[in-house]
Amino acid sequence: MSSNALPSWDVLTKHAVFPSGNHDEVARLNFLTHLNVHLSSQILPGVKTAYDKQVKPAIIAQTGSEPTSRHDVRKHMLNNGYFQMWSALRRNTMEMRHQAARSQVLGQIENIVEKVDKACEGNANIQLDSSVSIPPNVGSVDIHCQPGCYYQEYFENDVTVAASYDLGLFVTTAGLLGALSDGGGQGIANWLKTQHPDFSPKRILDIGCTVGHNALPLAQHFPDAQVIAVDVARPSLRYAHARAASLGIENIQFVQANAEELSQYDDGSFDLITTSMFLHELSHQSLPKILKTIHRLLADGGLNLHLEQPQYAGMDVYQQFIRDWDTYFNNEPYWGPMHELDLAKVFAECGFDPSDLFDVGVVSKVDEKIFGKPKSDGEDYGRSPVWNAIGLWKGQSANNGAKKSAKKNANMSENAA
Amino acid sequence: MSDTKKHLSDAEKVNLAGTKAKGQRPYFLAQKQTEQALSVAMSLAMELSVTKERLASLECLLADKGIIEKGEFDGYQPSKDEVAKRSLETQAYLARVLRIMQQDKEELESNDPDMQTVQDALTKW
Repeated sequence: MSSNALPSWDVLTKHAVFPSGNHDEVARLNFLTHLNVHLSSQILPGVKTAYDKQVKPAIIAQTGSEPTSRHDVRKHMLNNGYFQMWSALRRNTMEMRHQAARSQVLGQIENIVEKVDKACEGNANIQLDSSVSIPPNVGSVDIHCQPGCYYQEYFENDVTVAASYDLGLFVTTAGLLGALSDGGGQGIANWLKTQHPDFSPKRILDIGCTVGHNALPLAQHFPDAQVIAVDVARPSLRYAHARAASLGIENIQFVQANAEELSQYDDGSFDLITTSMFLHELSHQSLPKILKTIHRLLADGGLNLHLEQPQYAGMDVYQQFIRDWDTYFNNEPYWGPMHELDLAKVFAECGFDPSDLFDVGVVSKVDEKIFGKPKSDGEDYGRSPVWNAIGLWKGQSANNGAKKSAKKNANMSENAA
Repeated sequence: MSDTKKHLSDAEKVNLAGTKAKGQRPYFLAQKQTEQALSVAMSLAMELSVTKERLASLECLLADKGIIEKGEFDGYQPSKDEVAKRSLETQAYLARVLRIMQQDKEELESNDPDMQTVQDALTKW
């Protein structure tokens, strides 16, 4: 088989609440997966060419200088025919993916809801709270064009939006996230395993967990730890719990709560607090509140890690512009504003020591179930899923500083002697 | 908050599958309708791909059950009559798909009056 062949959606792990797909449904998802790959690998490079050969020279001719911001680039690119067609196709492909996934889920939704109901009934690992409302950063638009976002229920105890999200993740990533779409969480677990093998958190908090896919690898990697996964979205949490239970993972509790507060948990009561592709779905109002909550809940010496895309600072304006497409055209209104923040400043304002912050590339192993066994050591088929993580060990710099300063004092006294 | 509705009808499910995401939709092409036509074409392209795959599956199933040999589809040589029949079918198919261009050509060639001119003529006392 050619190494260019993409995996079929059908290789995904079918946990007990995962929607099944008949012949044509699978063919539709595979078509959309191929279409996404075609758009990004074959058509998107032409957008850069259109910018370099048509749009940028026109801007220079018009204004006498190169564009200085991604907004300048966008304003001019919106009049470029090639960019218009690529954008129209990309937006439409996103909508087709949601339609295909939702139609597949809705065709079997009663069956899925029955299983979710059964898994949730009287189980302490699912904690719902009807007083939790949907905050503006979640409710203003349906994030990434997903109708109903993560929270809408179309009938009593409905989980359509959650099941549809779970099955559709494959389509935009062509299997890169692995058989359980958990590449992000696997990446964190893998990084901890290789870089911090002695770190052994007892309590882990995952914020904005949606269907729990990125929290489960942590629960599995630390079987003696208790994981608390919070989200505001009731159907996502109910589905997440049934999904985790069907995979035999017991040390995780799904809790409906807004992470701006979390007053039910004590100060310093978590050793590890994670988010995965979550910060860009917040707002200038909620981000500092959540970071302050994390600061309060994280134990001294504990780890806070956020999987994200890289910040815009230092990127050329075209890079920024093309990464910013989702902000305006894929219902991710906070994507751009978040990626231009000075995170060190924001973390500092929320109580953290900014010198504790670090950036790290987090890599998930290529899933052999999907891509087969590597042909030789180190080969990743060019498909290694890599994320940018922003993290900190709480109080690390102060502790090191104290050690350094103690050492300095010792040196000084040695010199004096 | 869970909706109090107990179940969805088939019609509601079809409608919900295709419902729009909250938030104004951006259009990129000069004319909104052109982009809508592109969207229809892409959906049809997907359905055609699904159908091709279904035929491939059918071929595999027939081969697995020993009804045809593997590769027999590709090696199939239609008879002269069959070729002629298919040619006519293909011509009719293309004419159906491209009907709008045929009609536009006919209009270019005609001197059809517009409706207002016709109405004005018909309503003259």
